Amino acid sequence: MQQITKRSIGAVALVCAAAVGLQACSSGSSSSGSTTEGGVTTLELWTHNGGNPVELAVNKKVVDAFNASQSKYKVKLQSFPQAAYNDAVTAAAAAKKLPCVMDIDGPNVPNWAWAGYLQPLDVPRGFFDKQLPSTLGKVDNKIYSFGHYDVAMNLTARKSVLTQYGIRIPTIDKPWTGEEFDAAVGKIKAGGKYTYPLDLGTAGTGEWIPYAYSPMLQSFGGDLVNRDGYQTAKGVLNGPDALKWATWFRSMITKGYAQQKSGKDSAVDFVNGKSAIMWNGSWAADTVTKKYGADVVFLPPPDFGKGPKIGGASWQWGMSSACAAKDGALEYLKFSAKPEYYVDYAKALGLIPANTDAAAQVPAYAPGGKYRIFLELSQKYAEVRPVTPAYPFISSTFQKAVSDILAGGDPQKILDKAAADIDSNIKSNGNYAY
Amino acid sequence: MSATTAPRRVAEQAIPRQVRTANARSRETLIGAAMASPAVILLAVFFLVPVALAFGLAFTNARLISPRPPHFVGADNFIRLFGDSFFWASLRNTAYFAVVVVPVQAGLALVLALLANAKVRGTNFFRTVYFAPVVTSMVVISLLWRFIYQPDGLLNQIISAVTFGHSHGTDWLNNPTTAMPAIMFMSVWQAVGFHMIIWLAGLQTIPRDLYEAASLDGASAWKTFTHVTWPSLRATRTFILITITIGALSLFTQISVMTQGGPLDRTTTVVFMAVRAGYEQQSTGYAAAVSLVFFVLVLTVSGVQRFLTREKA
Repeated sequence: MQQITKRSIGAVALVCAAAVGLQACSSGSSSSGSTTEGGVTTLELWTHNGGNPVELAVNKKVVDAFNASQSKYKVKLQSFPQAAYNDAVTAAAAAKKLPCVMDIDGPNVPNWAWAGYLQPLDVPRGFFDKQLPSTLGKVDNKIYSFGHYDVAMNLTARKSVLTQYGIRIPTIDKPWTGEEFDAAVGKIKAGGKYTYPLDLGTAGTGEWIPYAYSPMLQSFGGDLVNRDGYQTAKGVLNGPDALKWATWFRSMITKGYAQQKSGKDSAVDFVNGKSAIMWNGSWAADTVTKKYGADVVFLPPPDFGKGPKIGGASWQWGMSSACAAKDGALEYLKFSAKPEYYVDYAKALGLIPANTDAAAQVPAYAPGGKYRIFLELSQKYAEVRPVTPAYPFISSTFQKAVSDILAGGDPQKILDKAAADIDSNIKSNGNYAY
Repeated sequence: MSATTAPRRVAEQAIPRQVRTANARSRETLIGAAMASPAVILLAVFFLVPVALAFGLAFTNARLISPRPPHFVGADNFIRLFGDSFFWASLRNTAYFAVVVVPVQAGLALVLALLANAKVRGTNFFRTVYFAPVVTSMVVISLLWRFIYQPDGLLNQIISAVTFGHSHGTDWLNNPTTAMPAIMFMSVWQAVGFHMIIWLAGLQTIPRDLYEAASLDGASAWKTFTHVTWPSLRATRTFILITITIGALSLFTQISVMTQGGPLDRTTTVVFMAVRAGYEQQSTGYAAAVSLVFFVLVLTVSGVQRFLTREKA
């Protein structure tokens, strides 16, 4: 008997050792992400901030504060490098080992909600009243996630350069029109001091492309997909408005206003005086302010017809659908949504606090603060990327279309093909019905 | 099985010495199997199973992330694939790359090998120089050459300097006509050293007395090459032809780092398309169909090459 027990223990250990890497030898209960021991439920929390010590420190601070605030739950933080994070979550979902709480990149929320990774947050009505709307992951009218911060795209320029060329400095209430913008860049170009006065950040790849350029497309009246039901891109991505956008976009290159492939880091080029107007995110604000001080102006994007637009949504927090300790996870998320933590994130990262109460406590974002404009841009002009599980496909298709348009391909043909590809993908996935 | 049962039958009625032999032999079989198993298991898990899966997935609408189980869609993926202009562009570019790179790279490597094989001082230095790019990661090389090729990069600076500012190079990687040739040039430069070493190994197996005999007969250098060197390199030639072809057909890293398939689909390749469809666009089934077509393509090409270079009886 003794012999047998020993051997079977050995065998179990062996099997477990073999399974390490695929699946840990946990207690083996079916639901995941939490364990209960001695009346304390331990919840797992995953974040993408593995290589980002500043943000990770704030993550830890929130978790520690929560753990100290009560004795029923204990949150255990685990960080991953950003590049491997999405793969880790996808693999964990396949192995049914998702953590209870995790962070998600905004545009992925609909896809993951559709895939059944996430469950809606059951919070009281009005809980997120002070939240910046672009930082709520809303799918099918249910809130799946919320973010502590956001960023805002803007045109960065120098007051001295604009006044030198007699260009009106636009304001958030009176932005440049499309023609005004073209004329302004044209004037600077004619001045001869800047070979390429406009830096659109065309060296960027991946998610940057839809983040930076689809708002311009929307301002022209087009969009990535028809948001009414998200069933087709036809007529929206390849309609006359979209064609106008594509033609305009390419004209920036042919007129010599911007480079087909810009420098690797737009902010560095701007600081070095290579460009006069830069289309970039608010994350570059500190770099340029350090160099030019009060001469820097952050301007709203031009209004190409349908109002100025920028992209919204950054990393957000959500709860996995397999979570065994739903109450604990919800309690943690509610705890972390206190204004003071928005302030902590904003101060540590220099990003827009996604809560109006918190914004008032961060000097740069308080009314009259030097970065207040970013908050206003987000409030007024931010548009989230299409809320559909098809988004990863749409994004990839749009990336290719933008690169082809910049390279001088026939815009109508490119947009027609992109729209047709998106439609056939939607169809082949059963219309992505929930 | 037969290896273990046959000796046992012998062992039953035979002398003890044979019993020991039989035991030793069956032990040997076991040890052999044990030693082969790591490789066999790895091969099965990481090659056979994925290949089988790809075959199956190519006929489904499987997605990387989806709440629904994949279901059988017949040849739908292939119908879409053959109607996709992106696929034909990928196929065309892959063929273009292979048709240019295979002869150029093999020929250049042979020339370098002949030079590096010459009895002059400093051959080791040249062998090292030619081989240096081979041991450098392709990603690193692609990044470096992206800087060399950019509008104000090294190449264009050289062009302006040499022509005293009369001529300026183009934006090599963003110009549809130059993007692929630029990548070809870099790829050949990177890989030529490897095949030079293989040619060199082939050259050194040729017996010296053949050359002595040729020189006694008064053969010219060209005659010596065509009648002694070239025929003696038959096995090396076949090997080089097939490895370069397979390498050229699976072009991916350079594309992924340098051009992302652009500009205007001029540098997209079949493997790049499969990766893009499978990961970026999460269409696992469609990507599997692309891979399957690629598999058949490589199999056919190497089959034809094997047939053409076979030992003629």
